[in-house]
Amino acid sequence: MSAPLWGEQAPLAASLAVALAIGIGFGAALERAGLGSARHLVGQFYGRDLRVLKVMFSALLVAMLGVFWLSRAGLLDVQALYVPPTFLVPQATGALLFGAGLIAAGLCPGTACVAAATGRLDGLAVVLGLLAGMFGMGLAASRWEAFAQRGAHGVWTLPQWLDLPYGVVLAGIVALALLAFAAAEWIERRAA
Amino acid sequence: MSAPRPYSDPYLAGVGLGLVLLAAFVLVGRGVGASGAFASTAAGVVAAVAPARAAASPLFAPYLADPGPWGEWLSVELLGAAFGAAGSAVLARRWRVELERGARLGRAARVLLAFAGGMLMAAGAALARGCTSGQALTGGALLSVGSWLFLVLAFASAYALAPLLRRVWT
Repeated sequence: MSAPLWGEQAPLAASLAVALAIGIGFGAALERAGLGSARHLVGQFYGRDLRVLKVMFSALLVAMLGVFWLSRAGLLDVQALYVPPTFLVPQATGALLFGAGLIAAGLCPGTACVAAATGRLDGLAVVLGLLAGMFGMGLAASRWEAFAQRGAHGVWTLPQWLDLPYGVVLAGIVALALLAFAAAEWIERRAA
Repeated sequence: MSAPRPYSDPYLAGVGLGLVLLAAFVLVGRGVGASGAFASTAAGVVAAVAPARAAASPLFAPYLADPGPWGEWLSVELLGAAFGAAGSAVLARRWRVELERGARLGRAARVLLAFAGGMLMAAGAALARGCTSGQALTGGALLSVGSWLFLVLAFASAYALAPLLRRVWT
């Protein structure tokens, strides 16, 4: 039997039960990591507390290597995974806006929910801002829809772009992450 | 009541987060997300008040298809995340009502900045088709070019603007 166990054809109830369970794990992991706290999160951008980098890269490595080895072992069908398609222009523009919002809010959409759910009123304000923003974007969507299609590449991965084997790109990211961890520890020691 | 416990080691928490993401891939073939739940909720509210406007919106319309905006996978997942976070904070005695802000920032200014930051992130996530969860984490783990572009530029943008907002946070 090969994963994913419940793909597109799964019954809705099963799929939503998994959504709830995955969400509980997701929220608990972010809370344990301290990312539901804006002060801890923005420490990343002032060189005092680099937990954002440590948490994100550790999670990326585990998930990336897990997918790679499970698929190698024939236990996971990578073709059945949903890979977000690439749209270069709106994704670059969106990222710049998102980063500005992130440093102002001190929380991202996921961690804002964690903050709000753990009693933080600033998290609640971010959640309400996100909702307001989505109302605005949705009601004005016909005006930016064409822009959102620019630079469309469909499903496009780093190994395809670099024309390198999947394993080589993965090894490169692992090396990069280890360097980043070492740099993060050094920066934190210097700030202390 | 004893003192709140300290947060976990970030590497350990990251491994836990990675295992949750991997479990999502294995169980349902998709990763985690957050901004999609906000888009879906907005779509559901607009559809209830002005169905024609929701159906005419290229951002909202996809959420109106079966099972509808309130049965959206990401919304249920994010609801779970709120439960998971609350439970985790209660167990660690970290749950408390507070307004987190920099030492020099007033309460009203903090709330305004948080709200405005949320609006900006919504605009960015709508354009980029995802946020730190759906693009950076999930798409990043699957080596999507657009997701890595988002990850790098979102952090570059936050780093570039951080000096301007130093008074807000320090």
